[in-house]
Amino acid sequence: MKTLAELQAIKEKMKDKVILREGVNQLRIVVGMATCGIAAGARPVLNAIVEAVNENGLQDKVTVSQTGCIGLCQYEPIVEVFEAGKDKVTYVKMDAEKAKRVVEEHIKNGKVVVDYTISLDKQ
Amino acid sequence: MKELSLNILDIVENSVKAGAALTEISVVEEGDTLTLTITDDGCGMTEEVLKSVTDPFYTTRTTRKVGMGIPLLKLEAELTGGELNIVSRHITEHPLDHGTTVTAVFMKNHIDFTPLGDLVSTIITLIQGHPDTDFRFVHKTEKFEVVLDTRQLREVLEGVPLNTYEVIKWIEEYIKDQYIN
Repeated sequence: MKTLAELQAIKEKMKDKVILREGVNQLRIVVGMATCGIAAGARPVLNAIVEAVNENGLQDKVTVSQTGCIGLCQYEPIVEVFEAGKDKVTYVKMDAEKAKRVVEEHIKNGKVVVDYTISLDKQ
Repeated sequence: MKELSLNILDIVENSVKAGAALTEISVVEEGDTLTLTITDDGCGMTEEVLKSVTDPFYTTRTTRKVGMGIPLLKLEAELTGGELNIVSRHITEHPLDHGTTVTAVFMKNHIDFTPLGDLVSTIITLIQGHPDTDFRFVHKTEKFEVVLDTRQLREVLEGVPLNTYEVIKWIEEYIKDQYIN
């Protein structure tokens, strides 16, 4: 059974790290979480990204956040990657497996997974 | 939606967008009925807006002209023989006690009842995305009562964000434990 004492211990451990982490994240992963995204399966995509970011030790480099409707409902679940000094990358029709691959190949190793991206001519 | 828990995630996003400091999500199962109540202290809606929220061609989004959140939940409730009600007090008329309450009643034994699905995942997702707002979650049946209140956790955490990975994992296990015991 999880206790509040355990949460207290987590707090003690994280306290200093959190102060260090604030404002240093260069990379932002955004998941569309409006009705369209949620209905298409955005919840497991978001949770897979959160898991993968931590499994790969990227939590100090990456912020994972949620947004409303991106405007391309038919391509949901949509994941956008914003990196300082680079063009935005938009991944479409995502699932948990694809999300994991994006974190490993793109976020960790810097190689955009072109199989899942959308470009103007494809629309 | 495949799961009622996904509708909950969707509707609570409205509360957060309305600037709610606290959103209470309650799922109460009694006999054949399941009552979902989502109450927030956000800005509320004017009577005019309230009248149009069940209309799919009303939406606050700017990227599209349809809004399916509330109409979907209403349809899913009504398909089981249940109903959906919304009470709202807009901030301009009720500066001290504004907010919205959405209540949906479902008949669980009806063939069209959408299963609850992964409620824990919905709560975790909400906290992950909105670490600065508070949520109180209650799931009560004749067999158990599960409660999570982020205000209580926030007190323990003293400034460590609720969406810190280790904290999120702890919350997930903390809720799951309550279901088992």
